Amino acid sequence: MAEGGEEVRLIGSWASPYVVRVQIALRLKGISYEFVEEDLKNKSELLLKSNPVHKKVPVLIHNGKPVCESSVIVQYIDEAFAGTGPALLPADPYERAVARFWAAFIEDTLLKASSQASSGKTEEEKTEGKEKVAAAIVTLEGGLRECSKGKPFFGGESAGYVDVILGGLLGWVRAIDTMQGVKTFDPSTTPLLAAWAERFGQLEQVEAAMPDGKRLIEYAYARAMQAAAAAASTN
Amino acid sequence: MENKTMARAGSLKLLGLTVSPFVVRVRMALQLKGLGYEYIEQDLFIKGDLLLMSNPVHKKVPVLIHDGKPICESLAIMQYIDEVWAATGPSILPADPYERADARFWAAYADSKLLPAWVGIMWAATEEERVEKVEDTLKAIGHLEEAFGKCSNGKPFFAGDSVGYLDLVLGSQLLWFEALQKMFGVVVIEEGKAPLLAAWVKRFGETDTAKEVVPDVDTAVEYLKKLQSHRAGATVAQLLS
Repeated sequence: MAEGGEEVRLIGSWASPYVVRVQIALRLKGISYEFVEEDLKNKSELLLKSNPVHKKVPVLIHNGKPVCESSVIVQYIDEAFAGTGPALLPADPYERAVARFWAAFIEDTLLKASSQASSGKTEEEKTEGKEKVAAAIVTLEGGLRECSKGKPFFGGESAGYVDVILGGLLGWVRAIDTMQGVKTFDPSTTPLLAAWAERFGQLEQVEAAMPDGKRLIEYAYARAMQAAAAAASTN
Repeated sequence: MENKTMARAGSLKLLGLTVSPFVVRVRMALQLKGLGYEYIEQDLFIKGDLLLMSNPVHKKVPVLIHDGKPICESLAIMQYIDEVWAATGPSILPADPYERADARFWAAYADSKLLPAWVGIMWAATEEERVEKVEDTLKAIGHLEEAFGKCSNGKPFFAGDSVGYLDLVLGSQLLWFEALQKMFGVVVIEEGKAPLLAAWVKRFGETDTAKEVVPDVDTAVEYLKKLQSHRAGATVAQLLS
């Protein structure tokens, strides 16, 4: 598909890991795009019109037509721009199914647990969430072993779908690691993931897509303070 | 139990639960492609070795085992079937990337917004919670009603002239809407509020795909009663996969 004459816009916000996923995918494929920064506290007409169901970012607008949901967008990019840059999903149907399995795991198991860990209604729920996150990461180490077969990425020799789906979260993972003095991808328990995080994070296409680390930490602190203030005012 | 074989498929086994929407949709996909397979009903209370070995991460159904290799996650399985048997029978996903994205978007919506809402109706601990879940369900149906208008373009199904991906993902949930009506008097797709979907439900029910695969509503009701007596407050995962 010819690059000239294609209009690709991405509505997003700089901190969203879901938006980062799409940026990484576009950059890996070498597709140029216009980034439209959205103020999530004051949503634009364009966003509301393009994603009326969820009113969320990211939204990819390709030649005027909107595509929503980050994993749907990444698959769309791979299919609509099949002739451009590397393929994100493998060619073999079985390997594709395995990739889709692990992408679903990251969404339905890992991220769900992470959400419980940070937003659980009770301390007990939060602790359970943290345990689920730790368990999910260990399982994901097995997933990386299965997908990579000794090669550098989930996608094999080069980064692919699962790398993108997980990789969008790297900025936040690094921020949390710094803020809490932890190692989410601990090299002693999950050596493959720890090495993957380093390697993937150093790809130029990924570096260009990631939010600024310091800015993300400041943003995380500000949000935590807001949440604490809100909680205090309702007590 | 061996299903009739119309196409050479290598060896296909499906580990499932008759009433699970996730399993029903996979069986519909296999039916559409005319594929014969060995169906093995699972006891989700006492999980068998084959299930535990084939889906060690989640220990859930459905699992499709093709020539000994397991494929898990219903949507991944459906796409696998579509891709491996691309030359056999109708396509499950459309060819156009934008239409594929649309089908995937609404399938994700049906599973992440609609399904948990109606499951919530069945497991609500209080009347208040039930009312809230009914509202959530009807809201999701409202969005899907609009989606039908856009996707179908005046044709009988979401996918057009014949059923496809989204028809199967939503169609596999219909037997539980019937069950909800029987057990709680809740009408999920009401002709007055969602006329396009109501008409689609009738048409879908008349397809061979639905007739050959979907179990009787009483099977679902019986299964729910069994679950209610065993587990209070089960999650979706425990309930139907």
